[in-house]
Amino acid sequence: MTVRKNQASLTADEKRRFVNALLELKRSGRYDTFVTTHNAFIMSDTDNGDRVGHRSPSFLPWHRRFLIEFEQALQSVDPTVNLPYWDWTADRTSRSSLWARDFLGGTGRARDGQVLDGAFARSGNRWTINVRVDSRDYLRRDLGAGGRQLPTRAEVDSVLAMETYDTAPWNSSSDGFRNHLEGWRGVNLHNRVHVWVGGQMGTGVSPNDPVFWLHHAFIDKLWADWQARHPKSSYLPAAGTANVVDLGDTMRPWNDVTPADMLDHTRHYTFDTAA
Amino acid sequence: MSHITRRRALGVAAGAAGAAAGLALAGSAVADAPRAAAPAAGPAPAPFDEVYQGRRIQGGPAHGGGHHGGHHGGGYSVTIDGEELHVMQNADGTWISVINHYEPVATPKSLARAAVRELQGAPLVPLTLG
Repeated sequence: MTVRKNQASLTADEKRRFVNALLELKRSGRYDTFVTTHNAFIMSDTDNGDRVGHRSPSFLPWHRRFLIEFEQALQSVDPTVNLPYWDWTADRTSRSSLWARDFLGGTGRARDGQVLDGAFARSGNRWTINVRVDSRDYLRRDLGAGGRQLPTRAEVDSVLAMETYDTAPWNSSSDGFRNHLEGWRGVNLHNRVHVWVGGQMGTGVSPNDPVFWLHHAFIDKLWADWQARHPKSSYLPAAGTANVVDLGDTMRPWNDVTPADMLDHTRHYTFDTAA
Repeated sequence: MSHITRRRALGVAAGAAGAAAGLALAGSAVADAPRAAAPAAGPAPAPFDEVYQGRRIQGGPAHGGGHHGGHHGGGYSVTIDGEELHVMQNADGTWISVINHYEPVATPKSLARAAVRELQGAPLVPLTLG
């Protein structure tokens, strides 16, 4: 059974295995297919048109399914690997062990944002950015640029307190838990973390940075935490909503999975905490 | 390494997405009229054409003809040194691009300038797949 752990509690061996599995998926080309899929949805999900992966209620079940698929790919390389999560309310500086040389490497240099240390540095020739929107083929970061701050635990708790999952018009202007977690409104949780990391994480091809998976594993955990706090609140909308994935509608690109199928994460994995 | 257009990339990657999305994208490439995706609020933003940090940034109504496929700017197109920057208008009237996707700004010109700063001199390229 897959147990997703806080990245801060991983052993040196667990970090090494996770990094090696990422490198193998990259080498084989499988990694880049995930980047391509993500960007395709980023560019096609619109507030007043069809929307599946972002700015809509299915943001959470879509990414849950996306992460499960990625975790299975990792496990096909090394069955002991699980997706760790990054609790950015706790590990909130560029000095966190997350960004150390033996894990994801650190921030980029000033001149061009290039990450210079760790397994994902361009010099190692194992992490070329192939799916890209500009000419730069190296991983870039600008951690905490401009004095930006990661969301605090109090801000997370204020969003977890919201009782209603989502509201009309079911897009980036909606009230409710989903949109405040996604970050288009209010204290801004998910979007702000993408911007805090910077580099590719701020773009449509954000999965080029492996921290994407640890960030979204935590977003996914926050959804589970919210469900535990609000057992009477359900996924919305239920049915009959134009351009939006209702509870029982299938989600692209898989077309065989619905938000209802994704509501119980324990069928697929558990977390290392009691939520 | 193959170079393909953003629209083709969308077609490939979201191919399973079904005909509806593909048709919507094809429609956006041939129609000058504001798309259904365009938010109702406010007048269209003013066109601009300036050099910012050494890069020529232009914005204005999108032209038909197929080479601006896949944009969701509600009929508004932005380029940097002649290359299209994929932009999108949010429901509240703010704007994002594929370069600054998670941080909305007020106008397409601010968006183009933010992309120039982020690019640090690098050219935009059509979506490139390894």
